[in-house]
Amino acid sequence: MSISTVLIIMFTAIITENFIFSKFYGCCPFLGVSDKPSTALGMGMAVTFVMTLSNGVTWIIYHALLERFNLEYLKTVAFILVIAALVQFIEMFLRKFVPALYNALGIYLPLITTNCAVLSAALLDVQNEYNFITSICFGFAAALGFTLAIVVFAGVRARLDVADPPKAFKGFPLTLIAAGLLAMAFSGFSGINFS
Amino acid sequence: MFKEIIIPIAIFAGLGLVFGIILAVASKIFSVKRDEKAEKIDDVLPHANCGACGYSGCAAYAEAIAKGEAKELNLCTVGGEPVAKHIGEIMGVDVVAKKRYVARVMCSGSNQYSKKKYAYHGTADCLSAARLSGGDKMCPNACIGLGSCVSVCKYHALSVIDGVAVVNPENCVACRACVDICPKNIIQMVPYDSNFWVCCVSAENGPMTREHCDTGCISCRLCVKACEYDAISINDFHATIDYNKCVSCGKCMAVCPRHIIHTKKS
Repeated sequence: MSISTVLIIMFTAIITENFIFSKFYGCCPFLGVSDKPSTALGMGMAVTFVMTLSNGVTWIIYHALLERFNLEYLKTVAFILVIAALVQFIEMFLRKFVPALYNALGIYLPLITTNCAVLSAALLDVQNEYNFITSICFGFAAALGFTLAIVVFAGVRARLDVADPPKAFKGFPLTLIAAGLLAMAFSGFSGINFS
Repeated sequence: MFKEIIIPIAIFAGLGLVFGIILAVASKIFSVKRDEKAEKIDDVLPHANCGACGYSGCAAYAEAIAKGEAKELNLCTVGGEPVAKHIGEIMGVDVVAKKRYVARVMCSGSNQYSKKKYAYHGTADCLSAARLSGGDKMCPNACIGLGSCVSVCKYHALSVIDGVAVVNPENCVACRACVDICPKNIIQMVPYDSNFWVCCVSAENGPMTREHCDTGCISCRLCVKACEYDAISINDFHATIDYNKCVSCGKCMAVCPRHIIHTKKS
């Protein structure tokens, strides 16, 4: 494994296989908290923080515990358990020692306990047989891609708010159409190949 | 066979137990002492999270009071007197409740009175309309009447009637959300008790106002002369009532030739 492999994995996770625009993971927060760029950034930060840590911890749990007892088939259950406990732990830790960061992340931290993007990042580590370092880098990069998508989309939505579409399109329908168009634009990156 | 079931169960029960213990210990180690007073005050506050007190929400205001950082204990306009008294009891000090204020839209130029400079076909939003040479009405201080204040009001206290926003004082909690959003700055806070207010803030001189609007203050000073308590003055070409001096006698309303001194009763 060289540094270029890590960079390729990260670039792929951010751009070509963006979690939201090409895999459609984490669509709930993507549509739910993209009203304002500032809240979108808060959510992105929280996801980045949790995803990076959870990928490291789930890697350890998987290889130290599940593999040893041939329990790979239970990884989904185990990962959910680990992530939920980890988020709780992080929340308590931050509230005590880094209150500034705790206030900045605020409500978003507990919200992502069951975010499917966090779980899928952990599952993809196993599927792609990443080692410890690449797992963490992949989690970090995938979350960066998530942040990029949600912040860009919040900017689009700010413009949609003042637009005057036909009544049937107003609000959520237009939001979904805009999301689809953005996903289509990102599919333009899928031609990039490093192998 | 038996092993294949018992091992996963044991491992997962163990995992859950370990995580549970870790979290339980962590919650003890990392516990942050929350002020008891802050929690009590938080319970008393109305949880509208409107921001009228100047803090980001009810919880933030409660914390500020408990720490002694809040400027005053009667800043919650939504809760009014009962909440201020409760907070006073919790903190052990006497709190004088603030006078109740309500928002008033200072414009009488409904569609039948005000003249328009162009026909506006755009987003039904005052902020957008105000960017097109300050709205469609000729008077620069006229209510645009597209209801940005209506949509920002959480208490359904505002409605647009015939092109001018009107406040229902019973629903208004003085959170000032409409005051902040109005692009024309024509919403003002008026004491709930005062019966009269000048419903025009036109900053144009008399002849100009007369040209732009069939109602609207022309600064004729009749009300100033009629007032026996020296409560009315003309500033910026429109009459203003000093609510500290006003005794709600209604003489100004009777003499106003433009009928812009409004009263609650009408």
